[in-house]
Amino acid sequence: MSDAKSALPGAQYDGLARITAMGPRGMITLKGDLASTALKNAATGIAGVDFPDQGRANCVGERGICWMAPDELLVLAPYAEVQTHLASIARTLGTAHHLAADVSDARALFLIEGEAARDVLGKLTPADLSPETFRPSTFRRTRLGQVPAAFWMRDTVSFELISFRSVAPYVFGILSSAANPDADPAYH
Amino acid sequence: MSGRLIRGGRLIDRSLALDFTFNGKPMSGFEGDTLASALLANRQLLVGRSFKYHRPRGIVTSGPEEPNALVNLGTGRRAEPNQRATTTELFDGLECTSQNHWPSLEFDAGVINSGLARFLSAGFYYKTFMWPRAFWKHLYEPFIRASAGLGKPPMARDADTYEHFYATVDVLVVGGGVAGIQAALEASRAGARVLLVEQSAHWGGRTPVDGGEIDGVPAEQWIDAALYELETSENVRTRVRTMGAGIYDHGYALLYERLSDHLPDDTAPRHRLWKVRAGQVITATGAIERPLAFAGNDLPGVMLASAARDYVVNWAVNPGDRTVVVTNNDDAYRTALALDRAGLMVKAVIDARAQVGGPLPDAVRAAGIRIETATGIAKVKGGAKVDGVMLCAQSGAGSVTEEIACDAVAMSGGWSPVVHLWSHCGGKLNWDEAAAHFRPDPARAPTGADGAGFVRTAGAASGPMSLGAVLGDAFAAGQGAALDMGHAPKRGAAPAQAEDAAEAPLEPTWFMPRRAKHELRSKMWLDFQNDVKVSDVELAAREGFESVEHTKRYTTLGMATDQGKLSNINGLAVLSDALGSPIPEVGTTTFRPPYTPISMGVIAGEARGALFQPIRQTPLHAWHVANGAHFEPVGQWHRPYAFVKGAETVEDAVTREIRAVREHVGLLDASTLGKILVKGPDAGRFLDMLYTNMMSTLPVGRCRYGLMCNENGFLFDDGVVARLSEDEWLCHTTSGGADGVHAHMEEWLQTEWWDWKVYTANLTEQYAQIGVVGPDARDVLETLGGMDLSPEALPFMHWADGKIGAFDARVFRISFSGELSYEIAVPAGQAAAFWDALLDAGSVFGITPYGTEALHVMRAEKGFIMIGDETDGTVIPQDLGLGWAISKKKTDYLGKRAQARSHMADPERWKLVGLETLDGSVLPEGAYALAEGQNANGQRNVQGRVTSTYRSPTLGRGIAMALVHHGPDRMGEELEISNLSGEPVRARIVSPVFYDPEGEKSDV
Repeated sequence: MSDAKSALPGAQYDGLARITAMGPRGMITLKGDLASTALKNAATGIAGVDFPDQGRANCVGERGICWMAPDELLVLAPYAEVQTHLASIARTLGTAHHLAADVSDARALFLIEGEAARDVLGKLTPADLSPETFRPSTFRRTRLGQVPAAFWMRDTVSFELISFRSVAPYVFGILSSAANPDADPAYH
Repeated sequence: MSGRLIRGGRLIDRSLALDFTFNGKPMSGFEGDTLASALLANRQLLVGRSFKYHRPRGIVTSGPEEPNALVNLGTGRRAEPNQRATTTELFDGLECTSQNHWPSLEFDAGVINSGLARFLSAGFYYKTFMWPRAFWKHLYEPFIRASAGLGKPPMARDADTYEHFYATVDVLVVGGGVAGIQAALEASRAGARVLLVEQSAHWGGRTPVDGGEIDGVPAEQWIDAALYELETSENVRTRVRTMGAGIYDHGYALLYERLSDHLPDDTAPRHRLWKVRAGQVITATGAIERPLAFAGNDLPGVMLASAARDYVVNWAVNPGDRTVVVTNNDDAYRTALALDRAGLMVKAVIDARAQVGGPLPDAVRAAGIRIETATGIAKVKGGAKVDGVMLCAQSGAGSVTEEIACDAVAMSGGWSPVVHLWSHCGGKLNWDEAAAHFRPDPARAPTGADGAGFVRTAGAASGPMSLGAVLGDAFAAGQGAALDMGHAPKRGAAPAQAEDAAEAPLEPTWFMPRRAKHELRSKMWLDFQNDVKVSDVELAAREGFESVEHTKRYTTLGMATDQGKLSNINGLAVLSDALGSPIPEVGTTTFRPPYTPISMGVIAGEARGALFQPIRQTPLHAWHVANGAHFEPVGQWHRPYAFVKGAETVEDAVTREIRAVREHVGLLDASTLGKILVKGPDAGRFLDMLYTNMMSTLPVGRCRYGLMCNENGFLFDDGVVARLSEDEWLCHTTSGGADGVHAHMEEWLQTEWWDWKVYTANLTEQYAQIGVVGPDARDVLETLGGMDLSPEALPFMHWADGKIGAFDARVFRISFSGELSYEIAVPAGQAAAFWDALLDAGSVFGITPYGTEALHVMRAEKGFIMIGDETDGTVIPQDLGLGWAISKKKTDYLGKRAQARSHMADPERWKLVGLETLDGSVLPEGAYALAEGQNANGQRNVQGRVTSTYRSPTLGRGIAMALVHHGPDRMGEELEISNLSGEPVRARIVSPVFYDPEGEKSDV
């Protein structure tokens, strides 16, 4: 295999916030009974973080667990480790009804950083981004412009955001347009 | 600037002069002027022409309700029609022109004299243009089109940018007058997250002009202090130049922020559309003054009384040297006082009421201004502007008692609360007999999901007009909204205390004089922009229009760009009078968003140019762009239609690509193909329900073509299913269908078969899928080395995981072209490298990337159907000769019962065949197979239609697929096929499989 290419290698825009198209990140869709110990162990074993509550994500560095739906998680890990983790999930869950799939290449990952990050995202998503509501560990699957997206906070001034890979140029375009330094909503 | 007073003007900065032009005429104003105040300061009274009669029109208001002063603002890429001069902030270099005049504003050839005007009465469109019928197309429509519309649509692409912004708040307060400010203060002091917006550039609303004291200090001082508190509160956001445009269900509100209208800019956005989720909304939208209906009330120089004092106090503009104030209420006396204080002559206050007293009239009397009671205006004298007024007894028929020379008339018919936002989402109104206006009924507020009201009004928008009552009402609204959001108001809080003059009640006065003759009534304007007069509404009533909604449409009352802000109440009062039924029974027309027009650009927001729509790109898109791809949209994807080389035409390229695939080897980017993983103990049973054929019996390692129908039996998607393991299937879907099929699966799993153990995952974008297709395909792949791809190891319709070269790959031996074909899935991040490796390995074989058109032609040569060509939502698999793919063994599948309906099982349904033109030409797209005779509508009868048609380079002729009546039974018969560009074309019915009917080439 050659080195995996992300959708928009090296793309960056500096405006109200800095928008960066990130390199490959390992992502595993894990569907199953979120209440089961085996599934919890499988996820936490990979990510090394606490199991998240509904609507939450626990992320540290490149690893994390994001709550996607009542029967679905997104497990984050370094890209190179994904196949190993898929094998360990299969071992841990055995015959329990579940689905685990590598979706690392299906996604594009963006970093939105800066004091105005909330204002930039606020132009594109209907999610409530006020600091009281959207905090580090909050996770939202929502809409960005005209496409689906999900995001969470890496720290108090930066967001990681995923979209489908095919629309990465569009997502980078609308994020950059929203970060126009002459269009500061100065709201959040 | 002879219209400018020497002193005063609280909003202008005389040290900053601004130059602008009106109809090319250079003029100047000051920073802080509106375009309207600057035009008046330059003594430009005539600003436009009315819609129907081209009557001269002057500025009548000072706010967003302005019906007359609409201009074409800007030029070229910044041209915009119908901009209200009263809300347009002046900037240096502003260029504007008046509207609806020809050839010039001063001399307009379209002026309709009073003799002709009677032919343009209410409903004249309906009456005049009904007959004779042929006149409509050739005479009336061109005439109406030429004269319709006020402004000119811009011809150039908009130079500006726009954006949206989402906000979630506890309490949204719309309106930054003292009521909005007081409500926002109370809500924020209780701890609620508050957003306070004001449509103009200034806080305080009317109060700084009208005067009064709040909490013992002048109102302006109180406003400044309150704003300081709000702006320094962590939980409050404030915005000026932001209008509440609409309120919708679930606390959703649209706000319209004008960011750079007043300082045009190439980089900052012009407008921002706020999409707000508010727990509670407070509309502190104030009130709008009503005009009075008297003959000649539309002449330039006649203005609302409140506007006259706004121009004096806010912008030091002189609305007239000798003004007559005409009123039915005390408030207009403030105008007389303001003009008098500014040193302007007030000739008289004409009051329709018999009894006039109280502090305001007393102050006017004390200033030596004459007051005439029980008096009305019989007629305004003048042609293009006011020269004087003729007085009469208000109770009479209009006998003139006296003439007063003047150059301005300030009129007031009372005030109507701005109830628009309250009403948008279902808030109901009560008629207030004493105040003669509709006001919100708090008991019937717009309700949210919990059945409780989520909108409150505050201040004048609730009905009360005196400062003290306004502040008390707003205080309660602010506290109530905060409380509803779970924030307890501060203990000991009390409303701001106001001191202002007590006012006597008004006397409802819907026209002047009370028993005016028809001649006068036909000169009393209700709707200034659309030329609707008292006589028009009365005519509509006589002709049987009882509903206010019908009367509106019949007369065009309130249908102009101001949406009846000035005319509606007066109009419905006149209608009620004519019908002899009380006003509340006549009711109002519907209030719809936006409150005032918002720009088209702001609705689009960032969605323009390259960001107009998301375009889905495959991981190989960059290569395609660099290699001459001619793209076509497939769903949201852009796929290469063909790769055009050098001087080739697109058609040449398609031919070359097809030949290369049929003779050697081609390369196809099939990454857009939908790929849905279905896993679980019940997955087989689930797929047996979704597909018409059996998937549960498919052995691991094998592929099977399948069809999906909806509940009505119609075919909606197809594709190859591969069984990955005992409980895992991978379903390929059409490129455009992946998301829909996945949603379809989830819908059935979540709503109907919720107890089946099945999980699905849409992996479409995880994998690039590349077709290596043609007789040399295996040789190319073997050059790269890796897994065994021999016919024995990987037979047709099998799949296998392995390595090709250095790449982890899943290889499907499936063919959509009829050739030896491998479709190879690799992770999307490997796609570009894998594609390059294939090009490299294939170069000695002449490997040729091909696009979707070559794909389509080759599948048509093989008689393979294409969803969307052979299907259109009315076609079932049985129509397409796909009976073999419908399981007879299964007890059920989606669509099975529908396909047993009599019409579906009807042998008369059109069925799929191939068509071959006798002359080798290509049939037109969508052409019909003609039958004898005509149907009841005089149209030619038909017996079939062409579903796909191409030139086949392989066969050197036109080929087509068609659905034809009894088609499969009529092999060899000739049909006439319609041809819009000439004589019908003759074609022979043949098998749809034109190429390799035995399927020998793909199975090698």
